[in-house]
Amino acid sequence: MTARRDKRKETDGVALADQDMKAAIAVTRFGLGARPGEIDQARRDPQGFLKDQIRRSGADQPAGAAPTSAQRMAEFREYQRERRELRIEKASDVRPPKPAGAAMDATDPAMAAAAAKGDARDPVKVVGNMLRKDISEDFTARIQLAATTDAGFRERWTLFWANHFTVSATKAITGTVVGPFEEEAIRPHAFGRFDDLLGAAETHPAMLTYLDQIQSIGPDSQAAQAMRNGGGRGAGAFGGARLQLAAQRTVGLNENLAREIMELHTVGVNGGYTQADVTEFARAMTGISIGGERDGAYGAPVFRVQAHEPGERTVMGVRYDQRGKDQANAILTDLAAKPQTARFICAKLARHFVADDPSPALVARLEAAWTGSRGDLATVADALVSAPEAWDPTPAKFKTPYEFIVSSFRAAGGSPMGFQQVGPILTSLGQKPFSAPSPKGWPEDAQSWAAPDAIVKRMQFAQAFSAGAVHDRDPKALAADALGERLSPETAKAIARAESRPEGFALLLMSPEFQRR
Amino acid sequence: MNAFTPSRAHSPTRRGLLATAAGFGLSLQLLAVPAMAADGELNKRKVIVVICRGGMDGLTVAPPIGDGEYRGLRGGLALGDAALPLDGTFALHPQLTAVHALAKAGEARIAPAVATPDRARSHFEAQDVLETGAAGVYSTTSGWLNRTVETLSAHRKVDALSIGATAPLILRGKVQTASWSPGRGVDAEARLPTLLQDLYRNDALLGPALARGLATETMAKDATAGLDGGQPAMMASGKGVGGGAQQGREAAKTLGQSLAGFMREPGGPTVAAISLDGFDSHANQAGLLNQRLAYLDAVLDGVHTGLGPEWKNTVVLVATEFGRTARANGTGGTDHGTGSTALILGGSLKPGGIVGDWPTLKANALFENRDVAPTVDMRGLFKGVLAEHMGVDRAALDNAIFPSSAAVKPVLGLV
Repeated sequence: MTARRDKRKETDGVALADQDMKAAIAVTRFGLGARPGEIDQARRDPQGFLKDQIRRSGADQPAGAAPTSAQRMAEFREYQRERRELRIEKASDVRPPKPAGAAMDATDPAMAAAAAKGDARDPVKVVGNMLRKDISEDFTARIQLAATTDAGFRERWTLFWANHFTVSATKAITGTVVGPFEEEAIRPHAFGRFDDLLGAAETHPAMLTYLDQIQSIGPDSQAAQAMRNGGGRGAGAFGGARLQLAAQRTVGLNENLAREIMELHTVGVNGGYTQADVTEFARAMTGISIGGERDGAYGAPVFRVQAHEPGERTVMGVRYDQRGKDQANAILTDLAAKPQTARFICAKLARHFVADDPSPALVARLEAAWTGSRGDLATVADALVSAPEAWDPTPAKFKTPYEFIVSSFRAAGGSPMGFQQVGPILTSLGQKPFSAPSPKGWPEDAQSWAAPDAIVKRMQFAQAFSAGAVHDRDPKALAADALGERLSPETAKAIARAESRPEGFALLLMSPEFQRR
Repeated sequence: MNAFTPSRAHSPTRRGLLATAAGFGLSLQLLAVPAMAADGELNKRKVIVVICRGGMDGLTVAPPIGDGEYRGLRGGLALGDAALPLDGTFALHPQLTAVHALAKAGEARIAPAVATPDRARSHFEAQDVLETGAAGVYSTTSGWLNRTVETLSAHRKVDALSIGATAPLILRGKVQTASWSPGRGVDAEARLPTLLQDLYRNDALLGPALARGLATETMAKDATAGLDGGQPAMMASGKGVGGGAQQGREAAKTLGQSLAGFMREPGGPTVAAISLDGFDSHANQAGLLNQRLAYLDAVLDGVHTGLGPEWKNTVVLVATEFGRTARANGTGGTDHGTGSTALILGGSLKPGGIVGDWPTLKANALFENRDVAPTVDMRGLFKGVLAEHMGVDRAALDNAIFPSSAAVKPVLGLV
């Protein structure tokens, strides 16, 4: 279609033209968008370029000192303590302070209001600011890695799993541990065995907190009986910081995590489980929690045998007579190995990487790799890169806001300087940092992201971003670098006719082919 | 006045509503058939759907404080004297002050036991069914409100708008609809919008979306004039560390007023959807719903005050994907359930008590010994409003808008 390609055909033959298109696809579809020169690097062997990024030892970690989730949880506890003391000081307020457990959520208006006021000496304010700073820094480090990495496919693959096992900052206490969760549970296992990844994600303190597992208590457990009989004393002996007040209310199961593991993380909603299976699984998981003050390891994963519901469980037709945490582990292992899980997740991978409505052949190929390797994710990644269906030249995926912003920085050869450069725009495009709206994570389909308002806001971003990013560079060259063989003649012409460099670069970022991958 | 006969005692039951509707038979026919063509009144009618995501607990929205089982089941979560009374059985959550004032004026009603046809207790399945209007999950990819616009468009010009950066499924589909969220506005002098429209002329996704987005921005200048908008960070959720409660409430009211502003514009949307999230209350339900219901109330307050004279032409429906367990769980919250409470608001509502029968919370009345048993199919509620208020005919409701739903009767007598 273009003179350029025709010339190549004359000199080098059809194969090389295919190779150029493949190089562009490798970097923009499988990766996170091209930095200047990247498509050239992929040209010699596009598939090999991607396969070299598959790394059994795990994904890259964002730069900077990484605090552990336990440290972050301890910080949060400090914040709550300050808040509580501040309330006691306010003598005019005759109401008793809220117990710690009731304050676990950011939606508490008092906490939010205190955090918003702006008195630097207010200890609540100080810690609140620190928590917000933690979240911003974690997110900034993560998006800087995405903007600058040489291994865009490795990072995209990792982000897929982070989204699959969503922990969201929509709860304040989980806000500061989303970053550590990804670093501790997701990144090390992204190319490992799925059941290792599953185990790491589901038993991580961030997930246990986000999906309310930490407070779930077996109704017939020792702890529940003690609390029913002895009120506060029983709870005290039981030890969880947050559980002391459990005596004041019904003690029992919380089935949230059990349900979402089945529905979202493993077999999927059509995986063949019932409400009874969810409840049984929730019973098996009782006792899996995080340390309280008396445990000496606040925020660390613990198993409280006293909170575990005794007895056998039956989940999806299988009887589990293990004791203690082995019971939940056995169920998780079985869920990971189910064919429904392979099918559900391979279809999701194909939807993420290739098309909202991927070809059944591609899904079948991934499923075969999954089943044949017993859920070895490096093998599945290799199968994805090897699948001919994944290299269709028509870009079927519309970029999410995160992908659009990251690829814009990559096209400019830059990296976000700070949170303010990325946080507000992502929020206004509907993808507030670390704040997926539900445990299902961010949607992947074009319909979700291409609403009229979102396109207008992308355009506004492109305009403002280009003004500061293009400098004295030629937008035509930047476009060739960013899209390679995927650059259409229409877009190339529009950029060539632009009346300024920033306008040309903004046209590139908003072009139909840059908006897709 | 006791819990077990309230709906029969002093409010139209579903049966009662149907009987009332029978008396309206003639006018309904008139509405449904020739009115579609040129009835001036009908052209002014507006409908707004507010989706509360996460499974909003109906027993907290409208606590049945007169139901003998309520306190026992809810324990520490039971609302007492602070609840705003509606009748001998039901009250509204203390944060729903604007809704309560409207209810007292006969302009808001509750449907305390509604559910979609889905029974899986999965957020995502239930939201799919709620928004597609289908009988089963994942059987349709467009939303029922979009198909409503499509149906109405055969007779008159109908535009639809969603508020928020992303378009909810309920408004997705064949008809291109508008979407808007607070932002900086577009520089009309800039060349980029024009150049892009040219670049998108063969792009079926981006072309119509950009054109519609630019048109909405133009309208927004008038629709939001005088409002303190422009705070995209406060959209929809408005929570997390740093979102002040009062600030959140004001932003929510502004959001409602902005939506109303669009609907008052000449040529503005007659159909709108907005979704609020964060209602999934497995733990610390009291604090969480206190905040979320304050936000919901402020949005509705903004819509009501912002619509001004158009309020009498508008019906607002507030619905969620499912209710929650009747019993409190072990962690100060409730788990996924079935029946929940919907709100119906508008300046032309017919007076009446609760909509649909109240099944009570007696052990043998609970669905699967666990949830509020639904007595009204959510689709029936939607159909009733579309039929009587928007003039949609029954055949379209039963097939195109809510596929295979002929057996689900519209709840009539609301408007």
